[in-house]
Amino acid sequence: MSGQTPSKSERAASRRIAVAFLVSAAGAVGFAVTYGLNGGTQWEGVCLAVAFAGLAVGLAVWSRRLVPVGGYVEEHEGFVPPPAEQAMTAAVFRAPESPTRRWGLLAALGFALTALGVAALFPLRSLLPWDRQRPTRSLKDTPWGPGIRLVDDQGRPLRPDDVPADTMVAVFPEGSIDVGDAPAFAVRLNPERFIRQPAGGHLGGLVVWSLLCTHAGCPVRLYLKGAGRVLCPCHQSSFDLLAGARPIAGPAARPLPGLPIEVGPDGFLRATGDFTAPPGAGFWSRP
Amino acid sequence: MIMGPLARALDDRLRLSPITRRALAKIFPDHWSFMLGEIALYSFIALILTGVYLTFFFDASSADRVYQGSYAPLDGATTSAAYASTVRLSWDVRAGLLIRQTHHWAALAFVAAIVLHLSRIYFTGAFRKPRELNWLIGVTMLALALANGFTGYSMPDDLLSGLGLRIITSVVESIPLVGTWLAALALGGEFPSDEMIPRIFITHVLLVPAILVALISLHLGILVRQKHSQFPGPGRTEHNVVGSRFWPGYTLRTLALFAWVLAVLFALGGLVQINPVWLYGPFAPAESSSPAQPDWYVAWGDGALRLFPPWEFRIGGYLVPAPFFPGVVLGGLSFVALYLWPFIERWCTRDRRPHQLLDRPRNHPVRVGIGVGALTFYVVLVVAAGDDILARLLRVPVYDLLALFRVLVLVLPIVTGVLAFLIARALCRGEAASLGELTRADLRRGARPAPRRPTGEDEPEVPVRHRPGERIELWPQGEVWRWRYRNEAGQLTLTNNRAVTSEEEAVETARLAYPGVDRVVVPGPPPPPARALRVALRRWGRATAAGSLLVAALLGRRRERRRRRDGEDEPPPPEQADAISGGGDPT
Repeated sequence: MSGQTPSKSERAASRRIAVAFLVSAAGAVGFAVTYGLNGGTQWEGVCLAVAFAGLAVGLAVWSRRLVPVGGYVEEHEGFVPPPAEQAMTAAVFRAPESPTRRWGLLAALGFALTALGVAALFPLRSLLPWDRQRPTRSLKDTPWGPGIRLVDDQGRPLRPDDVPADTMVAVFPEGSIDVGDAPAFAVRLNPERFIRQPAGGHLGGLVVWSLLCTHAGCPVRLYLKGAGRVLCPCHQSSFDLLAGARPIAGPAARPLPGLPIEVGPDGFLRATGDFTAPPGAGFWSRP
Repeated sequence: MIMGPLARALDDRLRLSPITRRALAKIFPDHWSFMLGEIALYSFIALILTGVYLTFFFDASSADRVYQGSYAPLDGATTSAAYASTVRLSWDVRAGLLIRQTHHWAALAFVAAIVLHLSRIYFTGAFRKPRELNWLIGVTMLALALANGFTGYSMPDDLLSGLGLRIITSVVESIPLVGTWLAALALGGEFPSDEMIPRIFITHVLLVPAILVALISLHLGILVRQKHSQFPGPGRTEHNVVGSRFWPGYTLRTLALFAWVLAVLFALGGLVQINPVWLYGPFAPAESSSPAQPDWYVAWGDGALRLFPPWEFRIGGYLVPAPFFPGVVLGGLSFVALYLWPFIERWCTRDRRPHQLLDRPRNHPVRVGIGVGALTFYVVLVVAAGDDILARLLRVPVYDLLALFRVLVLVLPIVTGVLAFLIARALCRGEAASLGELTRADLRRGARPAPRRPTGEDEPEVPVRHRPGERIELWPQGEVWRWRYRNEAGQLTLTNNRAVTSEEEAVETARLAYPGVDRVVVPGPPPPPARALRVALRRWGRATAAGSLLVAALLGRRRERRRRRDGEDEPPPPEQADAISGGGDPT
C-alpha cells in the first residue's frame, strides 16, 4: 500500500477508522469527566464501554479493510523428532558419568526427597491451631448445655410466653450468638397434632430444634405456618415438625436435632443439655 | 522491520530479530471459533486489572468494623471488615462499584469463554495427538477458574456468600475419613472461623492467579510450539497452517477482540447490577436468604445437590452423607472424565496418528452424541439450581418441579445425545451442508445402522494425492525468496508466511507444507497489485498478443507445411522454455 495512492475504498475505510478512534477518545474523556463530577456508575460504565467499543470498531475495520486477511500458509514440521537428534539426546543420559546410571544413589536420593516431602506436609497441620478442638469433637460439641439460657438475636433471654403460636423464633445459647453450629429455633405447636414426639421433648407444645438443615447446613428459615413444616431455602429440604422434624421432601435425610429445654427458676427458658444429635450436615464419624 | 534505535539496541544485545521475524509471521487460522480461547484470555486480563484495583479498598478480615458511609440502611451497623469494606467500595469509592461489577461480570465471562473454548476443542477433536498436553492444562485451568470464582464470591462475607461457603464446607465434610479434617484445616476450625476470610483472600488474589498465569503461559507456549490446528479445506494439509499472519492482520484483529471484550464487560459492569451485597446483608449463622442461587458456573453443583435423593448410608458405623455423591463424586467424576477423554477416545478409536487437521463435528457422531448428552446433563443441573424461582414463576409446587428434574436429568441427556448422534450421522452421510438443509431422506439414512466398513484405523497416513494444476511458485524478492501455493485454475493463492533466505530453503519449506505437490515453478513473480483499468488494459493486451501469436503460429504452420511440401528440411524453431523444472533447481 505504501508508495501508492490509496484507493477509494481504502480512503473510506481510513475515514471510518479515524472516526471510530475519535469516538473512543470521546468516550475516554467522557469517563474522566464523569469520574471527576462523580456522575455515577452507569455513566462511567457507558463511557468506558464507548471508549473500548470505538477502539474495537477502529481496529476491526483496520484489520478487515487495510491489511490482508487470510491467504497465507506456514509449513508444519510435525512432531516426529529427527532420529539422529533423538539418539544423541539419549546418549547424553546414557553416558558413563551420567547421574541417571547410578541406580543405588538415585534410590537413596529418592528416599531422601520423599522423606523431605512428607516432612514438609507436617506444618500444614498448623492450619488448624493446635489449641483448638479436633474437628470431630468440635462438630459434635455446641455451646448448648445444661442451664444455658435461650436468648433471641439481640441477646435477650426468652420466657415461654415470648414464643407466640405459629411463628418461629430464632434462639441462641446465651453468650454465643455468633457460633456457627448453635442457632436453634423455637415454635409453639399443638401437642395433640404430634404424630411423633419431638426428640428433645416439649414444654406444652413449645419445641426447640436446631436451625441448621441436616443436608448442607443452611438455616431452615422458611416456616409454613399451618402445615407445621420448615423449609430450607438452599436446596428445598422440608421437615415435618409435627412428626419429630422428620425430612419429608428434598435432599435431607435426617431429622433436625432437638434441644431439651425447661423453664428455669428465674422464669426464663434454658437448655437441659446439648442437641440430641450433632447439628447441621452429616460427616464421617457422626454418631 | 526493526525500527528505531531502541529496537536496534535490544536486537544488538539479545539477537531478537530472527525470533521476532518468525513470531510475527505465525499463522492464525481465520475461523471464528479459534477466538473463544482469546476471549477467556482477555477476560482474565480484565480480571487481573480490575482485581488489583479492588484489593486497594478491600479489607480481608472478619474483625468487627462499624460501617459509616452513604448507604443509609447500613450506616452505623457493625459488620465484619470484609463486608463493610465491600459496601464501602461499592457506595463510597468513586468508580469502585463499576470496577467491582466489571470484575464479577468478567469472572462469569471468563468461565463461559473457557467452557465454550473447551466445547470447540472437544467437538472438533483438537485434543488429539499431539495436543493432549494442552487439553490437560486447559481442564486444570477450568478447575482453577471455578475455584477462583467461588473464592471471590465468598470473600465479601455477605449472607449469600456465607451460605455458599457453608454448603461447600458441608460438602467437604461429607468426604469419608478425611472430610472433617480437610474442612477444619482449610477454615482453621469450625465454620464460620475468623481465619477463613484472610485465607480465601490470599488464595483468590495470589495462589490461584499465580498458578493460572503460569498455566496460561505454558498453554500459549505449547500452542506456539505445536502451531495451530485447522479445519480441512482447499490448500490445507496435515503439514501446514493456513490463515492470517500474526503481524499485521491478526494483531489488529485480536486487539479489536480485546477491546470488544473490555467494552462489553464495562457496559455490563456499569449498567447491569450484579451481586448487590448490601441488599443481602452481612453473614449471620442463623440467617438465610431466599431465593439463594450461586453464580452460574457453580450452579451445576448446586443443582445436583438439590436433585440427589436423600440417600445416605453407614459403613461400619460411619456415615456417608448424601451431599457426598452430588458434591464430591459428581464433581470428581466430571473432571476425571474431562482429563481422561483424549485417552479414552484414543483407546476406542486406536487412532495414534498426530492430527493437524480438525474433524468436522458431524464426522464423529459418537463424539457429538456423548458431548451433547454431557452438556445437556449439566444444563439440566444448572436449570435445576433455580427450581425454587421457576416454581414461583410458573406457580407450580417446587416438589413437582424437583420430581420432573430428577427424571429429566437422567432422561434428557440420553434423548439429546441420541438425537445429536443421529443428526450428525445424517449430516455425515447425506449431502446436506447444514442443519437447515437436512431432508427426511438424510435423516432416514442417518438412522440406519452403520455399514460394516473395513477397519482402516491402523492404516498409515495416505499421502496427499497430487491434484492436477496444483503448483508451487517460487520467486526472488530482492535478497530473499518467497513461495506460494496455487491450486488448479488459480482460484486459491496461499503465500508463504515469511521470506526465507535462499531458494533451497524456499523449496524445502514448500515441500514440507505441500508434500504431494511436485510441480514447482521458478520464478513465479506475483503480479503487482493492479487497478481495474490496468487489469482491463493488460487483459486486452494479452488477448491481442495471444491473437497475434495465434495468427503468427497459423501463418507459420502454413508456411512450414508449404515448405515441407516443397521438400525443404529445416529444423523446427527452438521450444520456448517454460522454466518448469521438477525439482526446482535453479535454471
